[in-house]
Amino acid sequence: MTAFPFSAIVGQDEMKRAMVLTAIDPGIGGVLVFGDRGTGKSTAVRGLAALLPPIQAVAGCPVNSAAEADIPDWAKVEDRAVVEKPTPVIDLPLGATEDRVVGALDIEKALTQGQKAFEPGLLARANRGYLYIDEVNLLEDHLVDLLLDVAQSGQNVVEREGLSIRHAARFVLVGSGNPEEGELRPQLLDRFGLSVEVASPKDIDTRIEVVRRRDAYDRDPIAFTAAWHGEDLALRDRILAARAALPVVDASDAILRDCAELCVALGSDGLRGELTLLRAARAFAAFDGAPSVSREHIRLVAPSALRHRLRRDPLDEAGSATRVSRTVEEVLA
Amino acid sequence: MSQAEARWLNANLAVALFALDPAALGGIWLRARVGPARDRVMAGLELALAGQRAARLNINLADDALFGGVDLAATLAEGHLVRSRGLLADPTVMILPMAERASAGFAARLASALDGPVRHGLIALDEGAEPDERLPSSLVDRLAIHLDLSDIPLSEAPDLSIDRDALRDARARLPHVQVPEAVIAELAQVAFRLGIDSLRAPMQALAVARASAALSGETEIEQSDLLTAIELVLAPRATQIPESPEQEAQDDTPPEPETPDADDPPPPEETEQDETLDLPPVELLLEAARAMLPPDLLARLQAGKAARPSASASGSGAAKKGNHRGRPLPSRPGRIGGDARVDLVATLRAAAPWQPMRRAVAINKDKLLHIRMSDIRVRRFQETSDRAIIFVVDASGSSAMARLAEAKGAVELLLGEAYSRRDHVALVAFRGTGADILLPPTRSLVQTKRRLAGLPGGGGTPLASGLKSALELAGLAKGKGMTPSVALLTDGRANVDLSGAANRGQAAADASLMARAIRAQGVPGLVIDTGLRPTRGLDGLAGEMGVPYLPLPRADARSLSAAVDASLNPA
Repeated sequence: MTAFPFSAIVGQDEMKRAMVLTAIDPGIGGVLVFGDRGTGKSTAVRGLAALLPPIQAVAGCPVNSAAEADIPDWAKVEDRAVVEKPTPVIDLPLGATEDRVVGALDIEKALTQGQKAFEPGLLARANRGYLYIDEVNLLEDHLVDLLLDVAQSGQNVVEREGLSIRHAARFVLVGSGNPEEGELRPQLLDRFGLSVEVASPKDIDTRIEVVRRRDAYDRDPIAFTAAWHGEDLALRDRILAARAALPVVDASDAILRDCAELCVALGSDGLRGELTLLRAARAFAAFDGAPSVSREHIRLVAPSALRHRLRRDPLDEAGSATRVSRTVEEVLA
Repeated sequence: MSQAEARWLNANLAVALFALDPAALGGIWLRARVGPARDRVMAGLELALAGQRAARLNINLADDALFGGVDLAATLAEGHLVRSRGLLADPTVMILPMAERASAGFAARLASALDGPVRHGLIALDEGAEPDERLPSSLVDRLAIHLDLSDIPLSEAPDLSIDRDALRDARARLPHVQVPEAVIAELAQVAFRLGIDSLRAPMQALAVARASAALSGETEIEQSDLLTAIELVLAPRATQIPESPEQEAQDDTPPEPETPDADDPPPPEETEQDETLDLPPVELLLEAARAMLPPDLLARLQAGKAARPSASASGSGAAKKGNHRGRPLPSRPGRIGGDARVDLVATLRAAAPWQPMRRAVAINKDKLLHIRMSDIRVRRFQETSDRAIIFVVDASGSSAMARLAEAKGAVELLLGEAYSRRDHVALVAFRGTGADILLPPTRSLVQTKRRLAGLPGGGGTPLASGLKSALELAGLAKGKGMTPSVALLTDGRANVDLSGAANRGQAAADASLMARAIRAQGVPGLVIDTGLRPTRGLDGLAGEMGVPYLPLPRADARSLSAAVDASLNPA
């Protein structure tokens, strides 16, 4: 079944923008989408998968290596041709076992051939793509710890059952969840480059349009996807153009100063906030076709890049989003 | 027709509609205790679903049973890898008994199965007794039909009438049912005016309306189908009572700031469409919807204080987060027997590398698998209990407001700092004649803020009732695998007894009785005296509870949370 087209999603501009930015520059880090049920969080991720440009990878490689030289030595790859593969978007289900996530001894080989071989897990398949965790705030703590480590190092190291395996695991982490069901540890929050809060649209026409499009899709997915294919292609072209333009987008000293001042004023922990803010603004400028980063770009990406990095004051009634936009207005006045 | 009778007819209709198109409707959330009424609905479902694949799940099913995996028995017997297909490989109507006990993780997997490309339906049999004990909200949101069969008398619940021929015809008609352009807009508007945030609801209502049209032999959705959809899908989810147009005209400040759009009269072009299609405008539908709202909705809304009893977002996720199994640790070599569970996969893994060698020296060469005692691995889990800190706050007397505010602050601070530790926090306030559970154990700061906005104070001091509520909460928390502890904040002496009467002697006796009950349950905690000078008898009460006594005059939120944290976290 084809996924619901990304460009057919009504509204939710901030979420869509955040996802597009990570597609332009995966180095921004992941996207955390927090919000109500039934707001199209998972739909957007699945649509993104269909939208992303394909990657060049070795056909038989379990970790989607770009070139033959990158194939890990434990993998016995027969088909070594470099082919186009769709960008992997891998689901990490709640309650997945550690075995399934990091990989484990290959039972098939062990039982039938008595061989000790490694069966790659979800992290291997997500390399160079996206790893999507729905209800990330409900994920078991030991899996969260494990993901943190891998997301940080870009390497998955398996030391168990007599296996000693490592492979590249660079992926964009996309998490979604509902904050009413539990908070996320700040260490994990910080690993997400951007964070977005989504709410059900309050505008009745938007809501009607959402239901209408969804119904059209449910009745005839193929025709609906075909109707939106042009839009998706246009967006893909813009993403590719932005990727090409990214290295030459200029960020002036004044802009760097703006980023720093913003982070100081907000008291965000560490330097990760500034770096992400700059990267996101640069990617956004590239998407915009602008030659250099402007204050407007910063203004638009600042809430996504910073709202989850504030030291939380539980006694503050206003949410972090309000604090960020207030500070942005003050600093960039 | 009595109300119970009407509800039963609705249940009958719901079963037929679900059987028509299980995947489009998502499923039925059937809230009822085991009993003849539920049995009859299930019998009706079985009849209506005849010919479709159905599977009974249980909440502890592992992933490989659901989604397929290595079939160990067959693999060993055949000598090569055999994969099992998993229950959900083909379109299935899943029946989930004891759905209220489903963990968030299990619910998430079912939810993703419902979202996935294979078209499933789910019947969740929810036997929850308490309002908070219910199906995880990720599933509630995905099931179109919510049925509550509690308190339907048996006499009003005859066998369901299911006409299988009619169902077969309707199934054939379903793909050809036309949806008039205005219908989608109308359902979306009705859902919005009823305060339903989730956008799944109007889509599910549309699916129900379509099924209803097919069932009644129409080729286009008609007014009666819309009413059916509203009654079965939208009305049970309502979180607000829609205002009638006259009221809206007078009312310049709508109760909710985000509803300005809803207050506009429907755009003129829609009215035109309505006339041409002979469908009722939104107002007529809303008028009908008002009559279908659950009778207790108004009461719930009035009693609901700041908390919106939103059908889709009560914190069942948080409440379900006990650790039933604990964190899995690597399997250890061990022996078969005792209560240890053998980790079959790990055992086979341990044995696998040795097979060729063992086969070479084995006496019985035909044996497929050579397993020695030393290969046996047993499962281990590390059980770390979540803490549940129950604040019992005295909301009586003159200083109540200040104390409540500080207690609220302390709760939020503890939660704010609690992500890495596994703390759940609950709040009980007692005043006047009894105690209220203001916040059931939760880990969610968002939910806490919502629930604790605006607390009343003043009146007598029913200390015993407060302790009793705390004890009940502690019992509940223990049942969910948490370790409860009680923090009592007061500056007064008990002067209202358990029955709510102002009787100082009886009140003190009741309080010490409850204190001893808490001690007997082995619930740790502390008593914080917030009075300016030590209150007589409170240290005695602390002694009876078997917990430390801590005078903390003018306690503010930060010192409170620090004190509670320090005394409950001696490490």
